Amino acid sequence: ADARAPRFPGATAPFTSNPQVTFAENVAPIPIYRVMDRDGIIEDKTQEPKLGQETVKKMFRDMVLLNTMDKILYESQRQGRISFYMTNFGEEASHIGSAAALTPDDLVYGQYREAGVLVWRGFTISEFIDQCYGNVDDEGKGRQMPVHYGSKKLNFVTISSPLATQIPQAAGAAYALKLKEGNNRCVIVYFGEGAASEGDCHAALNFAATLDAPVIFFCRNNGFAISTPSSEQYRGDGIAGRAAGYGMASIRVDGTDIMAVYNGTKVARDYVMSTNKPIILEAMSYRIGHHSTSDDSSAYRAPEELEVWNTVEHPINKLKNYMRSKRWWNEEDENAFVKSIRKQVLSQISLSEKKPKPDWREMFNDVYYDLPAHLSPQFYSIF
Amino acid sequence: MMFTRAIESSGRQLWGLLSVPARQSSHFVYTPDAKAPNVEGPKTKMNMFTAINNALDQAMDRDATALVFGEDVAFGGVFRCSMGLQKKYGKGRVFNTPLCEQGIAGFAIGVANVGATAIAELQFADYMFPAFDQIVNEAAKNRYRSGNLFNCGSLTIRAPCGAVGHGALYHSQSPEAYFAHTPGLKIVVPRGPIKAKGLLLASIADKDPCIVLEPKTLYRASVEEVPDAYFESPIGKADVLRKGNDVTLIAWGTQIHVMTEVADMAKKQLGVNCEVIDLVSILPWDKETICNSVKKTGRAVIAHEAPLTCGFGAEIAAAIQEECFLHLEAPVQRVTGWDTPFPHVFEPFYLPDKHRCLDAIRKTIEY
Repeated sequence: ADARAPRFPGATAPFTSNPQVTFAENVAPIPIYRVMDRDGIIEDKTQEPKLGQETVKKMFRDMVLLNTMDKILYESQRQGRISFYMTNFGEEASHIGSAAALTPDDLVYGQYREAGVLVWRGFTISEFIDQCYGNVDDEGKGRQMPVHYGSKKLNFVTISSPLATQIPQAAGAAYALKLKEGNNRCVIVYFGEGAASEGDCHAALNFAATLDAPVIFFCRNNGFAISTPSSEQYRGDGIAGRAAGYGMASIRVDGTDIMAVYNGTKVARDYVMSTNKPIILEAMSYRIGHHSTSDDSSAYRAPEELEVWNTVEHPINKLKNYMRSKRWWNEEDENAFVKSIRKQVLSQISLSEKKPKPDWREMFNDVYYDLPAHLSPQFYSIF
Repeated sequence: MMFTRAIESSGRQLWGLLSVPARQSSHFVYTPDAKAPNVEGPKTKMNMFTAINNALDQAMDRDATALVFGEDVAFGGVFRCSMGLQKKYGKGRVFNTPLCEQGIAGFAIGVANVGATAIAELQFADYMFPAFDQIVNEAAKNRYRSGNLFNCGSLTIRAPCGAVGHGALYHSQSPEAYFAHTPGLKIVVPRGPIKAKGLLLASIADKDPCIVLEPKTLYRASVEEVPDAYFESPIGKADVLRKGNDVTLIAWGTQIHVMTEVADMAKKQLGVNCEVIDLVSILPWDKETICNSVKKTGRAVIAHEAPLTCGFGAEIAAAIQEECFLHLEAPVQRVTGWDTPFPHVFEPFYLPDKHRCLDAIRKTIEY
């Protein structure tokens, strides 16, 4: 080694005789990978995933299902039938596109706006609605707020409200899975660009990078954290722009383009599984709905702004255009499908509504593996 | 004017006391366990850090999924508890993490979520607070909120705690009461090498997330004949270390050694027979053993290093009042750290030492 080279253990870098400031504005932003344009036209034929008609149809239907279910459950909260709801409007492609690129065994940690991943994996309309009602058929036993879904059989770790806590957990899970002989599972963790400001996100990215954890950090950058626009959330090149600082790979995709999300996630999955290293995948989109049923987004953004995202930039429209060009879509089919989903959701609401709540004793179970001595007198005091 | 002078004069006295070499001496006399655990086979003389090391070794040997990680654990740990483990089990299973407590706790929960055994170290209990959210909102509620679909029961967090003579604000804290207010956690505090090994192995094997708070002043100061074989010490069970009829003394960790010495002093100076109980387990805690003892003695003195207000002593005192009302001959006494941050040069005046504990016994007897 060159005896005159820098010897500092903290960085591998040359000396410079200029006071060299690295300006953020001189760093080129990471480009947004896109496969199809607004009209559903594939820009570069080599990038068209060979998905086949059936898979594309399932993608489309799952997006429509999620969208339809969201509309009705949002309304049902407005009518006071369920206590709370969060829609997924505008982000359907991020969910379904990424879920389709994973294997069903891959472990998913989410934030709360990833219901489409569950739709793709086969979570049923009744499972969604039973959770929102917290009735006897909710596997979560009615303990958490609506939209805090979880499914052991679908490898979807139960959602919790504290933001970003799931991100270092996903890194730990990925690390432990990596050590298992013949492991073929990766971990994907979803979070919003707002959650990425939490300390836990920093912890997770740094842990995954230094400990070589095969995890996909899937950031849904939809421009808003409740009322806070991303311009007040960070100053850098989004979330993908942070990857280099952690010594990590990154890719940014158009989150309204299901083909781009699918391809990007496939690339990310291949990368983490072949290298045992993490990657940040940032999907750019726009949160079309309110943050939640407790929020009125017109208080902080103009309704006109929504128009473009609801039409030409809408993920379902884009896929519809693509399918039209393939002659895989027809209006009657879609109308019939939407009608049947509406019917299923509405009848499930009236079913779920009538189901009893879980046994009150479930309030005391699962705090621990067993009911401890100090808790049983509290349990029996209720009788 | 007079008042100011009085403060100045007592202040000078304080400084005079602090300048004597007595400041260097320990505030407790270590009493090894009289009763060995019921385990067959040979024993080895160990201090508490070697006993913990031995427990970690056995846990890793028995369970191929067990991982040991934290800040500086790879070279053996700043208190030597993980000595030799990386060499024996490899860098994949014993490793340093970046310096980030919330990351360590969150990472550990994820490891446990997929069924592997996570043994995480937080370097000082004083630095558990960045991980408070992960421990309280996540680890503790994992099983409950998922309807038992998921859990992180195979998670154990170890953290050195308690006074060490000169640790000041951030190397002396006893945060057990913060965590005791959290359903879903288990919290234990060993009093010496045998208990440290048994409790750590029990915590690692336990199906709930456990916190082991290790009084760091005992790492070297305590020495016992520890069984070589694998054994577990029950969580949730207090130990009656000394039988007595006049007053029940309750403590845990280092403070149990203060109480044992105080029991001797009370016998000699006051002719009082103290029953000494090590609570061992903060959550869940052994109300039955405590209350049976207080029903017999009619008097209770609780001592802990942590501050008085909302310290775990408050929970015990309230429970004793509730369960033993007709048996109590005197108000329950609490001898604790003051409601101040843990000070550097004033440590000897801060700690609930033997003199303050003896005074509390005198008060309860004379009541």
